[in-house]
Amino acid sequence: MEAIAQDQDRKAFAELFRHFAPRVKAFLMKSGADESLAEECMQDVMATLWRKAHMYDPSRASVATWIFTIARNRKIDLLRRYARPEPEDLPWGPEQAPDQADVIALQQDTGRLAQALAKLPEKQRELIQHAYFGDLSHSEIAAATGLPLGTIKSRIRLALERLRHSMS
Amino acid sequence: MTDIQHHAPDDLLMGYATGALPQAFDLVVATHVSLSDDARARVEAFEAVGGAVLEDLDKVDVADDSLEQTLAKIGAPGPAAAPVISDGTFPTPLRNAVGGDEDAVRWRYVGRGVKQCVLHSDEHGTARLLRIPAGRSMPEHSHNGTEMTLVLKGAFRDEDGVFARGDLEVADAQVNHTPIAEPGEDCICLVATDARLKFQGLLPRIAQPFLGI
Repeated sequence: MEAIAQDQDRKAFAELFRHFAPRVKAFLMKSGADESLAEECMQDVMATLWRKAHMYDPSRASVATWIFTIARNRKIDLLRRYARPEPEDLPWGPEQAPDQADVIALQQDTGRLAQALAKLPEKQRELIQHAYFGDLSHSEIAAATGLPLGTIKSRIRLALERLRHSMS
Repeated sequence: MTDIQHHAPDDLLMGYATGALPQAFDLVVATHVSLSDDARARVEAFEAVGGAVLEDLDKVDVADDSLEQTLAKIGAPGPAAAPVISDGTFPTPLRNAVGGDEDAVRWRYVGRGVKQCVLHSDEHGTARLLRIPAGRSMPEHSHNGTEMTLVLKGAFRDEDGVFARGDLEVADAQVNHTPIAEPGEDCICLVATDARLKFQGLLPRIAQPFLGI
């Protein structure tokens, strides 16, 4: 990311592209876009990544997380047709940079989060994936799976608590 | 950062992170998160789950010339736009929705000295600014759905305590509450509702069609 932000390094971008483009496209297709819309939208997401590379803060998000937020916003743009309001930016000043120890700590946390997600019981993992693919509210998920709202809500809460616990 | 006493519940923040909230609620959460680092950290934690879900997905094929097409879209690097930090009453997302700060709001009287300005309304919900004169009360009401109230200026008090700048109150159906603006200055709130409110008592009921909540 640093090579893209500082040197407009196209080789570094191609590497990120090879890793993330097929996943971003998969995410968009799981979210309801057809193949050609997902391809076009994925290209927009990856182009945005290039343009906004200087905004990326490695002490607060992994590259995957950051790309997820770009893909989510583009998806809302396209499928729900509105520009989602974003919180005020918290940028690094010109002389400051993220602390390397913070960056490394976040990378470790991200690794543990991925492991915890992989270790979840299948049903809980699917619920979480559904919540992130769909623009389904909890009640719509309940309607889709025939589960009562209270149960599904506490399942998601429990899954997230486990994730949090395994990160601490 | 203000010293925030009342925070957004997790399901709301997760809904914001996944992109599932109605537009009116997105605006309130984005504004609350701008005022609360705690809420921001929680939203970003939920976004990290989204990152893990993305990373875990099986790859699908992309077009053969996908990278070339993307590089063509990138074009020449433009100047990096400096992020806008609001120094007024309204954080940037609210400023964008209003088209300016407090002085740009086109208030309309809705009775009893209360003023409002509807910022967004669709079949899923309505976002509005309310301005309650110092020491005065909002009409007593209960509602069918969820109501989110974020304080931007002044403070109000109800059955759940005092709410000041940055504080967020989330009330669901069955809650019957009477917010009263604290003395001193007018209370400005950003309110999102996802169903029409039911007002109690004759006079406020007459006011309801004007309020539209």
